Amino acid sequence: MNNLWGDSLSSFWSAWIIVITLGTIALSVWILLSNRRTDKVPDADGNVETTGHAADGIEEYDNPLPKWWFQLFILTVVFALGYLVFYPGLGNYAGVLGWSQESQWEEEVAEAQQRFTPIFAQYQEVPIPELARDPEAMQVAERIYQNNCAVCHGSNAQGGYGFPNLTNDDWLYGGEPENILTTLNRGRNGLMPSWQQLGENNIENLTQYVLSLSSLEHDAERAASGESTYLAVCAACHGPSGTGNIALGAPNLTNDIWLYQAPGQSVADSVRQTLRNGRNGHMPAQAAYIGEERVHLVAAYVYSLRFND
Amino acid sequence: MKHEIVEKNVGLLAVLILVAISFGGLAEVVPLFFQKDTTEPVEGLRPLSALELEGRDIYRREGCVGCHSQMVRPFRAETERYGHYNVAGEEVYEHNFLWGSKRTGPDLARVGGRYSDDWHRAHMYNPRDVVPESIMPAYPWLFERTLDGDATPRKMRTLRQLGVPYTDEDIANATAEVRGQQEITALVAYLQQLGTVLEGTR
Repeated sequence: MNNLWGDSLSSFWSAWIIVITLGTIALSVWILLSNRRTDKVPDADGNVETTGHAADGIEEYDNPLPKWWFQLFILTVVFALGYLVFYPGLGNYAGVLGWSQESQWEEEVAEAQQRFTPIFAQYQEVPIPELARDPEAMQVAERIYQNNCAVCHGSNAQGGYGFPNLTNDDWLYGGEPENILTTLNRGRNGLMPSWQQLGENNIENLTQYVLSLSSLEHDAERAASGESTYLAVCAACHGPSGTGNIALGAPNLTNDIWLYQAPGQSVADSVRQTLRNGRNGHMPAQAAYIGEERVHLVAAYVYSLRFND
Repeated sequence: MKHEIVEKNVGLLAVLILVAISFGGLAEVVPLFFQKDTTEPVEGLRPLSALELEGRDIYRREGCVGCHSQMVRPFRAETERYGHYNVAGEEVYEHNFLWGSKRTGPDLARVGGRYSDDWHRAHMYNPRDVVPESIMPAYPWLFERTLDGDATPRKMRTLRQLGVPYTDEDIANATAEVRGQQEITALVAYLQQLGTVLEGTR
């Protein structure tokens, strides 16, 4: 942990702060006392002294400040000096209480750890499929999901254009507990290269072939001529039959799930766009942000989504 | 001293007021100019690249700072959500500071790496596409406008005068790095480096 103020001040600057701070207080006290009036005694004629200001015959008495008011000023001075004794304020002097921003933060964190560590440790022991059936754990997990994952995958976990749906049984990188854990802990980088260099004709043939894999409407002739290119170029990742490969995150092309189908776009157009420009799906690693214990809970939450239907 | 003298001489009153209020700055601000924590960068801090620098200027132009702070304070509630609290050494190359003072949206001090580039682009194009409940405005023009980079070297030279260690090479290559890039690309590059110097400290 880095401190806000790691180095202490040099003795010159420490003295500088002390002199100005105490000097200001001393100056305030001096102004307060030197301007104080205590005499309120009427003169021999029974007149009280006025300030000499007069407007339309109305004169202003030059009375002393009310006692309680004067004492309030004194109180602020006492408070200031007291504060400087207990809290850091005078250069490098740390104050009697030893308070600092960091120590307050560290105390807060330590207190929370003491409270939450046993709970998370307990959940950590439970295998994910079992944890996913524990309603209390899933309440905790849902909060963590909403705070960290919902931004991309949606608060209902149904994803969106370019962000995978977590509630169906189609998994780019596998839906077993250990797959989900790896995805969450270490992140994923899905790279679909651009195949612009194959030329528009080949891209069109491939598009029709990909449409044929999931029995969508397609041009049979073009699809047939696309097959050889598919087997030469695409099969390495998506598999000869197009069922994908969870080791690479290569999507299954035979079902009706199109991650990159923009709202209002046809499947054919989205496939063409993917072939021309490539895609780059990036799931940031979460372990560094929320820690492995919370990752375990979130993994169980993601796993539990399959029970919903 | 008769306070009548002070009250009846506006010039003297102004001077004395200035002296009085300068005490706070002299005690609280001036020593920081000479303290290592505020003048020396934390380990690993590098100046923004030309593209990131242009992104930062877009961040300023679009007024992002009005709704997003870049200041994680040392409270557990904040460090749990955003990561390590800000330290002064991270801000050494910042001119001006973009700490902000209002969180209509979340703090962005450590947003770098949290989300994918694609997410940022989709979100900036129309925030509702990825976060349906968002009230953030959309910034579609960032996708249409491109940068020419003509002013980038001048900006970097000015920053160098303020102490940011840009090399002659950085400045010479700046225009080429920036020219023709979409504004959104620059903005995302800027966002993706925010707060990444202190890593794994959550």
